[in-house]
Amino acid sequence: MNNPKPKATIMDDVAMRRAVTRIAHEILEHNEGADSVDLVGIVSRGVPLADILSREIAEIEGKRPSVGKLDISFYRDDISRSIAPVLHATNIPFDINNRNIVLVDDVLYTGRTVRSALDALMDFGRPRTVQLAVMIDRGHRELPIRADFVGKNVPSSHSEDVRVHLKEIDGDNSVTIWDKAAMPAKGGNR
Amino acid sequence: MLSVRHLIDTTSLTADDITQILDTARSFAEINARKGIKKVPALRGRTIVNLFLEPSTRTRSSFELAEKRLSADTLNMGGSTSSVVKGESLADTIQTIDAMNVDMFVVRARLAGTPQKITENTDAIVINAGDGKHQHPTQAMLDLFTIREHFGQLDGLKVAIVGDLAHSRVCGSLAPALKTMGADVTLVGPPTFLVDDPSYYKCPQTSDFDSVIPEMDVVYMLRVQLERMEGAAIPSKREYNRLYGLDLRRERNMKDNAIICHPGPMNRGMEINTEVADCARSRILDQVTAGVATRMAEMYLLLGGDNDGISN
Repeated sequence: MNNPKPKATIMDDVAMRRAVTRIAHEILEHNEGADSVDLVGIVSRGVPLADILSREIAEIEGKRPSVGKLDISFYRDDISRSIAPVLHATNIPFDINNRNIVLVDDVLYTGRTVRSALDALMDFGRPRTVQLAVMIDRGHRELPIRADFVGKNVPSSHSEDVRVHLKEIDGDNSVTIWDKAAMPAKGGNR
Repeated sequence: MLSVRHLIDTTSLTADDITQILDTARSFAEINARKGIKKVPALRGRTIVNLFLEPSTRTRSSFELAEKRLSADTLNMGGSTSSVVKGESLADTIQTIDAMNVDMFVVRARLAGTPQKITENTDAIVINAGDGKHQHPTQAMLDLFTIREHFGQLDGLKVAIVGDLAHSRVCGSLAPALKTMGADVTLVGPPTFLVDDPSYYKCPQTSDFDSVIPEMDVVYMLRVQLERMEGAAIPSKREYNRLYGLDLRRERNMKDNAIICHPGPMNRGMEINTEVADCARSRILDQVTAGVATRMAEMYLLLGGDNDGISN
């Protein structure tokens, strides 16, 4: 395929920044400040997103939440079908016991990634609460999971793919919708 | 996904395979070092049979821990408790266990070629945990992991493998794996322990230990396997130690950043002296730690990558 193009760009840099600012305020409102909150990004795009959120919260509240990263490769329920080729280390350099942990990911789809992330997170301790923040909720849940904080709800079809691009990984901030048939290979794994 | 279905020898592994095992092992090393729960559900519901037809403590416990930390179900079968002792053929034993639908055999055997033979009698995946004087591939992977952790890469490193080369399955796996990854391997041992066919390893062989020491990045001491000698000649423990043992005098001639490895169990005072085994260069305990992580990686990659037809 020559120069594959997305069907549509649904968020640009400005829209994504506004969404992050709003989510940061919502997290602070929900948890009555930043004191009890830590963020955990799901590898790979959840990690830079968690960093951005943490900086945003620091700007509002003056206190920066800790950020950890969680690789869920070994907790997936489908390794027999798609073995993760690229592995990234999990690193949660703080105690999650009794904390309010906000899991951060780019796209919420079937809910299976979040299910795995919950399992992985619980191996590190017993948080007081676990909340979920995502940039995009595209529907099609296969498990009883919902997000607490959403950048944008994007109704999509199974034949489409929704991609969040982040400066830290992809060079630009945007959200695009693709026809699965016309898609270029993905960088990183979700 | 690895290019092989079973892990029988290191000669079948490509550089990509080895890199994938070592990279995956890094993630498992992180899990093994956790303060919290040192266990992931990656192989939940898979059944692994540890078939140890020859005594083994460290390899067996390393595999068992690796399996448990992957949440696999395990079945241990030993030499003296198995029906092989009652006269059942190995093929019958394997087919019987296979009929119970297991996913993997981990095989340690006195006879070279046993793991390969087992692959012909089962649909399960087979890992060679050491067969006779042939191969011990999981040992080689933990050695490579340990060396790579210290130097950051394997390409271009100079490694001396010292001792009982002819009887050593450790050398049989380690030398080709190091070559595949671009390291320079020199085999060192008394003339009676050198390999008959030097072209097999494509490595230079020498009996002059002292002359090679100053060039080496890694000095890998093999265990003198008194139980596998079958009359092979070494004059005495003391003379062996003087000519081929790693003592403080030789350790001082090593490069600044060079390290010492040994597959264990050590014959202290024979191939390695106590003050050297416990010195700062020694990576012997790191090798043991690496064993669990690399075995987790091998089992994860072999069991995860081979079920394209199964959907869930």
